[in-house]
Amino acid sequence: MNDIEKPIPREPARRDWKAVCRVDAIPRLGARRVRRDAGPDVALFRAADDHVFALLDRCPHRGGPLSQGIVFGHSVACPLHNWTIELADGCARAPDVGCALTFAVIVEAGEVYLDLAELATRGVETVAAATT
Amino acid sequence: MKKMNLVMVGNGMAGVRVVEELIKLAPDLYDITVFGAEPHPNYNRILLSPVLAGEQTIDEIILNSWEWYAENRITLHAGKKVTTVDRVARVVRAEDGTEAPYDRLLLCTGSNPFILPIPGKDLTGVIAYRDIADTHTMIETARTHKHAVVIGGGLLGLEAANGLMRRGMDVTVVHVAAWLMERQLDDVAGGLLRKSLEERGLKFLLGAQTEELLGDSSGRVRAVRFKDGSEVAADLVVMAVGIRPNTALAEAMRLHCNRGIVVNDTMQTVTDARIYSVGECAAHRGIAYGLVAPLFEQAKVAANHLAQFGIGRYSGSVTSTKLKVTGIDLFSAGNFMGGDGTEEIVMSDPFGGVYKKLVIKDDKLVGAVLYGDTVDGSWYFKLLRDGRSVSDIRDRLMFGESNIGDAGHEGHSSAATMPDSAEVCGCNGVNKGAICKAIKDKGLFTLDDVKKHTKASASCGSCTGLVEQILMFTAGGDYSAAPKKKALCACTDASHQEVRDAIRNHKHLTHAEVYESLGWRTPNGCASCRPAVNYYLISTWPKDAKDDPQSRFINERSHANIQKDGTYSVIPRMWGGHTTPDELRRIANAVDKYKIPTVKVTGGQRIDLLGVKKEDLVAVWKDIGMPSGFAYAKSLRTVKTCVGSEWCRFGTQDSTQMGKDLERALWAMYAPHKVKLAVSGCPRNCAESGIKDVGIIGVDSGWEIYVAGNGGIKTEVAQFLVKVKTPAEVLEHAGAFLQLYREEGWYLERTVHYVSRVGLDHVKRRILDDHASRADLWARLQFALDGVADPWVEPEKAQVDIRQFEALPL
Repeated sequence: MNDIEKPIPREPARRDWKAVCRVDAIPRLGARRVRRDAGPDVALFRAADDHVFALLDRCPHRGGPLSQGIVFGHSVACPLHNWTIELADGCARAPDVGCALTFAVIVEAGEVYLDLAELATRGVETVAAATT
Repeated sequence: MKKMNLVMVGNGMAGVRVVEELIKLAPDLYDITVFGAEPHPNYNRILLSPVLAGEQTIDEIILNSWEWYAENRITLHAGKKVTTVDRVARVVRAEDGTEAPYDRLLLCTGSNPFILPIPGKDLTGVIAYRDIADTHTMIETARTHKHAVVIGGGLLGLEAANGLMRRGMDVTVVHVAAWLMERQLDDVAGGLLRKSLEERGLKFLLGAQTEELLGDSSGRVRAVRFKDGSEVAADLVVMAVGIRPNTALAEAMRLHCNRGIVVNDTMQTVTDARIYSVGECAAHRGIAYGLVAPLFEQAKVAANHLAQFGIGRYSGSVTSTKLKVTGIDLFSAGNFMGGDGTEEIVMSDPFGGVYKKLVIKDDKLVGAVLYGDTVDGSWYFKLLRDGRSVSDIRDRLMFGESNIGDAGHEGHSSAATMPDSAEVCGCNGVNKGAICKAIKDKGLFTLDDVKKHTKASASCGSCTGLVEQILMFTAGGDYSAAPKKKALCACTDASHQEVRDAIRNHKHLTHAEVYESLGWRTPNGCASCRPAVNYYLISTWPKDAKDDPQSRFINERSHANIQKDGTYSVIPRMWGGHTTPDELRRIANAVDKYKIPTVKVTGGQRIDLLGVKKEDLVAVWKDIGMPSGFAYAKSLRTVKTCVGSEWCRFGTQDSTQMGKDLERALWAMYAPHKVKLAVSGCPRNCAESGIKDVGIIGVDSGWEIYVAGNGGIKTEVAQFLVKVKTPAEVLEHAGAFLQLYREEGWYLERTVHYVSRVGLDHVKRRILDDHASRADLWARLQFALDGVADPWVEPEKAQVDIRQFEALPL
């Protein structure tokens, strides 16, 4: 696959946007996982209104894969213990406490972009923490 | 758009609950102003008794702090009594001249204690028992004086008397009726209560009519005089003879009042639709409730309506009572006195201090009084609210829930006596102390709240009864029991049954139609309701309604069972537990090839491959070349069999073949919950048919069919349905029963709970008595299952979204 870097208007130039998939490749009210070498997967969610969100694919509770949960409104229910995580800020709905890391995501002409620099660094240490 | 003004008069529990619910539903609809006559934020009035008794402090019973009002931008005028409301100009005015205009007005003025109109009622030292100020007066008086008289032997009076006694006073309770708590107890239970309170040091004067309160020269009360001329010394007189709805303001506003402010089912006053009223001041269908549970139900409806959803209705409540005097177990609910047309079951052990009376009418439990052992109070209360027929459990009813199959809690004599360290919820490791603390610290009243905050009973639910008891015990008798009609989830007020009915009656085929027609509050439901609605759609309209994979839990979406580390398990189907060397070789090869870490034989006579990566699932299915075992789904799991007459020297029937035939007929059958079958070839029952959803036992002359057993959370023995002669009849009867369950069961309701809800008689009528109905059910099941594709063998045809198995590369 070709690493085409599209220039994204309205966004700071320092961002290193990378096309990941078409919006259509994510089911409505569903999710896809993005595999990266640096650390755990990143989950891409698509709401009914076609808003796309990106979170580290780990529930702040016990590390459940959020990409496998049921998406409703702008939230996802973790498949392991049913915590509700808000997609916009990654935080658990009260009374549960904790946040999943968020990733910058933009959609341009039906294409979903993630920031390469963030993918290389953000949430990487979670692996070490989770395995010790 | 400018926000509307909502003004609330009365800063008590019912009113503030309306505001809390309203903020959840429509946070930006109103500017909210609250007037409260007391100079305190909202506190838990129920817990004044523990404060009086020295078991809690005022700070501990505050429900909403000053900060809460500020955070929610609510203007609070505490200590300002509202004196007039101009309904034409729509302005509220307080004593000190503070004014607030309103678009909607909420009257929650509560109630006033009733003061006996007798000479001396205005003397110093004569008080009611209603608020923090009264409680302080009692605590102060107990420090300086000795003799207290409580007039009124009801719930409140006894709690006051107990508290004063605990603070060292010499207390006499004066009661006009022949026994204590006559509104909640019958004469026997009232007598037992009196005896145990007397042992603690309280004195009683029953049937005594107070004539006058006598004062000393300083204007302080010194004695109570009765009609018969006798006197009792008193430095403090607490009047607890009842409450009256506080309708003074409403009457001045010319709102219709009749033993309360008269409201309709949406809690609007009948006089002025802009004005709502909830709480002890409101008269709904002629009843002004004084307990918290109904008031919270009212609050929910009012908030719903104020938020302009307008779909909730309040239709009255059944209430129960528990006395908050430590160490006394007492419970009553419903029509506990009995009377014409009722029957009573009574268990009386006066020396042991235990008394139980159950009142039954038309085969339904209509009332209960428990004294000394209230462990089953919440269960009886549930039976009472559900209005379920108890004819089938009548002989065991008196002995409580544990005697009809609740293996989970046997041995726990009472929630009250459990130590704080005792584990209540075995799934989430929550002990009693944590639950009590959450209830007290966070001011929880409902089972749902406790679930959310502590996770107790949030998983398997087997400790629900115990959690309800702890809630009842900690929050007091007026805890908010789950309402009779339970909403499917927070997205809707509709119950499971109402959703099922709507889908059937209006032929809804999509989620959107259901949400629209039943007024869902969320655009696309939540993780609780979507799977339920999806099941109802496809089970009611097979072939017409389209399955929505995004509304299924991950296991049914990926056709494998998610494990705690995010990997999956794979369990191929082995018909009737039968396998071949070829199958075993393919399984072994796949285990090696995909480095599957664990291989285990399941309880359902199959092989479980654990720790498969999601991206390997499709390839593993292909390599083992066996159909899906559906071990992850709310559907038919296995048909467990013994070897039967083919090999066994005791076997009377070919149980393995029968099991295979059943499994082949039912293999893709989705249901409200998982379904397990078993077939044994003789009464030795090696396949354990007695604890299965459908259990078949071969006997020499045919097959016995048992239904609604369960080997899970609570072991439930299956009930005998019928004996038939041929395998074809077994298929038809078992299939018809399961189709009935598929059509009538609520999502996540196992067969045992379904049958206990509708009654075995109903099942027998539909399957045994009515031959046409049985044949129709069996035909409908076969229609629904006809042509269904196996998700492992033909994933595309089974509409499995293959994209989910691959991660997106960078």
